[in-house]
Amino acid sequence: MRAVLRAFRRPMGAIAGGWLLAMIFVAVFAAWLTPYDYDIQALKEAYQPPSPAHWLGTDEFGRDLLTRLFHGARTSLSVSSIAIGISVLCGMVLGAAAGWFGGRFDRAVTVVVDLTWSFPEILIALILVAIIGPGTTGTMAAIGVAYLAQFTRLTRAQIMMLKGETFIEAARSLGAGNAHILFRHLLPNALAPVLVSAMLATGDAIILEATLGFFGLGAQPPTPSWGAMMSAGSALVFKAPWIILFPGLAVAITVVAINLFGDALIAELDIRARMRRAA
Amino acid sequence: MTQPLIQLRALTRRFETGGGWFTPARSMTAVRAVDLAIARGEVVGVVGESGCGKSTLARLVLRLIEPTSGQILLDGTDLTALPRAALRAARRRMAMVFQDPYSSLDPRYTVADVLAEPFVVQRRPMDKGAAEAMLADVGLPASVAASHPHQLSGGQRQRVGIARALALRPDFIVLDEPTASLDVSIQAQIIELLSGLRDRLGLTYLFISHDLGLVRYFCDRIVVMYLGAVVEVLPRPDAAPRHPYTQALMQSNLSPDPSRRRAIAPLAGEIPSPFSLPPGCAFAGRCPRASDRCRTERPALETAEHPVACFHPI
Amino acid sequence: MSALLQLSGVSVAIGKAHLLEGIDLALDRGQILGLVGESGSGKSLTAMAAMGLLPLIGGRVTAGEVRFDGTDLSTLGEAGRRHLRGRRIGFVTQNPMTALDPVQRIGAQIDVVSRLHLGLDKAAARARTLDLMAQLRIPEAAAVAEAWPHQLSGGMKQRIVIAMALAGDPDLIIADEPTTALDVTVQAQILQILAGLVRDRGLALMLITHDMGVVAQLCDRVAVLYAGRLAEERAVGPIFAAPAHPYTRALTLCIPREGMARGSLHGIPGAVPSAAAYPAGCRFHPRCARADATCRATVPALSALPDGGLVACHHAEPGAP
Repeated sequence: MRAVLRAFRRPMGAIAGGWLLAMIFVAVFAAWLTPYDYDIQALKEAYQPPSPAHWLGTDEFGRDLLTRLFHGARTSLSVSSIAIGISVLCGMVLGAAAGWFGGRFDRAVTVVVDLTWSFPEILIALILVAIIGPGTTGTMAAIGVAYLAQFTRLTRAQIMMLKGETFIEAARSLGAGNAHILFRHLLPNALAPVLVSAMLATGDAIILEATLGFFGLGAQPPTPSWGAMMSAGSALVFKAPWIILFPGLAVAITVVAINLFGDALIAELDIRARMRRAA
Repeated sequence: MTQPLIQLRALTRRFETGGGWFTPARSMTAVRAVDLAIARGEVVGVVGESGCGKSTLARLVLRLIEPTSGQILLDGTDLTALPRAALRAARRRMAMVFQDPYSSLDPRYTVADVLAEPFVVQRRPMDKGAAEAMLADVGLPASVAASHPHQLSGGQRQRVGIARALALRPDFIVLDEPTASLDVSIQAQIIELLSGLRDRLGLTYLFISHDLGLVRYFCDRIVVMYLGAVVEVLPRPDAAPRHPYTQALMQSNLSPDPSRRRAIAPLAGEIPSPFSLPPGCAFAGRCPRASDRCRTERPALETAEHPVACFHPI
Repeated sequence: MSALLQLSGVSVAIGKAHLLEGIDLALDRGQILGLVGESGSGKSLTAMAAMGLLPLIGGRVTAGEVRFDGTDLSTLGEAGRRHLRGRRIGFVTQNPMTALDPVQRIGAQIDVVSRLHLGLDKAAARARTLDLMAQLRIPEAAAVAEAWPHQLSGGMKQRIVIAMALAGDPDLIIADEPTTALDVTVQAQILQILAGLVRDRGLALMLITHDMGVVAQLCDRVAVLYAGRLAEERAVGPIFAAPAHPYTRALTLCIPREGMARGSLHGIPGAVPSAAAYPAGCRFHPRCARADATCRATVPALSALPDGGLVACHHAEPGAP
């Protein structure tokens, strides 16, 4: 955790981290930051370019774009981070079990994981949405499963590597049991790289969520999401370019910020070699 | 005669490798039928080159590696027959100091965490101020308790490793090359520390090393291993070698005294692969005294005051 | 006549860290110079400076000069220095496991040195390779030349590394802890080979080691480094018999000798300071029993001893036995 604070002290980390904090802030307080509602239509106000009243303009139904962008941040960030959170949790349990027990269980997990690893995430996500159906739940499940392989692999590799360390043997020589070694040594040491890679994956997940939204498979109207907003704006790109421009920028800047902050964290935690090893 | 603190009986460990789709299964005997008794208060050294099985032996004694066959007796109790809970209790009486002071401490633990771990694992109460006392025992200031391992020097880390080994006041400590990755100046500090602790706490050591000079300085009795088997037990550190391999080891050990310069007369050849040992004496291929018998028949370690496993001892 | 390799007052810095200061060394053909000291004393950096390899690690000589066979290395361009390395100076690294290219056959790796530096053609280079391997007592040289590095033992790999160092027919070999990664019986083989090269071919050998046994048995002269400065530089006999610098004396007392009673081994208290925390005055003073106010305030200069050695200590022992 101290590493997070230290990452803020790097110039890139500070800029990127500042943007991310701002995004989280607007996502949480979206309802109170602007005088408009995200779902009330005002057709007379449609297609307004950015102005003092509507900083980012309005969309084809006259809704304030800034308001929708803030609410969209809520959808995009919460869906991708919850999905990644669940994925990390499951991946760590699966990966730790595979790395710890080894043998047949490990081989079975490895085969399944390598199989899903060989498909692009978007394909897995599309298949899952087709099965579960569109909407936030479907999107979350799709993203969660799509990234499961990554976290399982990473955790497994960490556990396998740490198992051979002398301090594990030292703990055994004191009479430590399996639970002690797993929960007091292996998992805490495996945690940092997994969490950092989870953070980086959240960036990818935002894009994935936007992509699903763009195809109309994500959050359903009138709930705004960045992907769906871009999708609506894509037909109007010449008539009202701001409708697609601002959500697009939001996605791009947020993803870049996540990656920059992740890089700063990796540098602070000094785990570059360990991250690469597992990839 | 009093009962030895530690007694090894025909302790053997074989390792199997391969056996997959593309690699043939192979097996090697890392430790072959080792018999050894260690009296209370004794310092027994084990020397040999890489692959001789000394590190495996160290781990077998503490049952960190399960033996394939044989027995380990601690005060007459066979550790190999103990169930898990009883083994954990027995571990209070034995401890180990590892070679690499960098990887033997969890990088996320503070020194205080490291020192508390034995008590946590053994579910024993830890007195207030115990950590300070433990650090003082190994010559470290109490202020290092809050440090992480990466903030300490190699010598300091090894002292922490020793303090951890001493935490539960064991009788017996296995020292697995505790100074091999340290500078000579620090090595001497650590050896003197271990020597002082032994006198003060009445400890018994099994000291594993590749450095014959160091072992002869520090130990009461010296076990020489070659490719998994004990080839000689020197009853005193200054005893003259009887096995040709021990003699070669002694000649390879360079004296830090230019006035005693001698021509370096190295042993020919290299250590054979443990996966394809010759049928007879494992040393026969490099031995200047080897006869036909040595190449076909494996010499056993005789039971004598100065045991040696050789058909043509010096 | 000046020595083959001469370092005069060499100081080295990497970035803002001043790691070596005023190193004076000389090494002639047919001589073995031991460079000793604890980790962090600057042994390897001194070797890098002698080979003109500092730019590779972002270092530079800030004062003094390195002369090889009369030529000041700083006047040479990178091409000139490259010609020196390999052709005139051979290098043997500490870890033979990583010194060889894993995807090239052994013979080819040695061939390339003599082809590059001596301009030999393929056949002549291979003949030279096999000749060198035979000189290093590598059995079945022709077969080993066709082998891959992973098929060889550590001792055999180190011989290959030595063969590579010799392939350019150098005048000087710099060996950085050449036997540290090897077993003692194999160490003896490698040392015997190195000593033989100096004796038979008149090579100069700079041997970096932490092992005082190796120094005592092999070297003609010994340079003791401490925290980036030269502490003492003398012939091997007197430096062991009557060390002038307290650090040298302390180092020799760290090693158990034949027949030494238990309890008579003395470590050196404390540890080598890092370059960022070098103390003022004599850098050894915090660990020295003889240190006084002068030592804490004033840097001791190198002064000549009656036997031709050098020592940097305010309280040096006369040194003459």
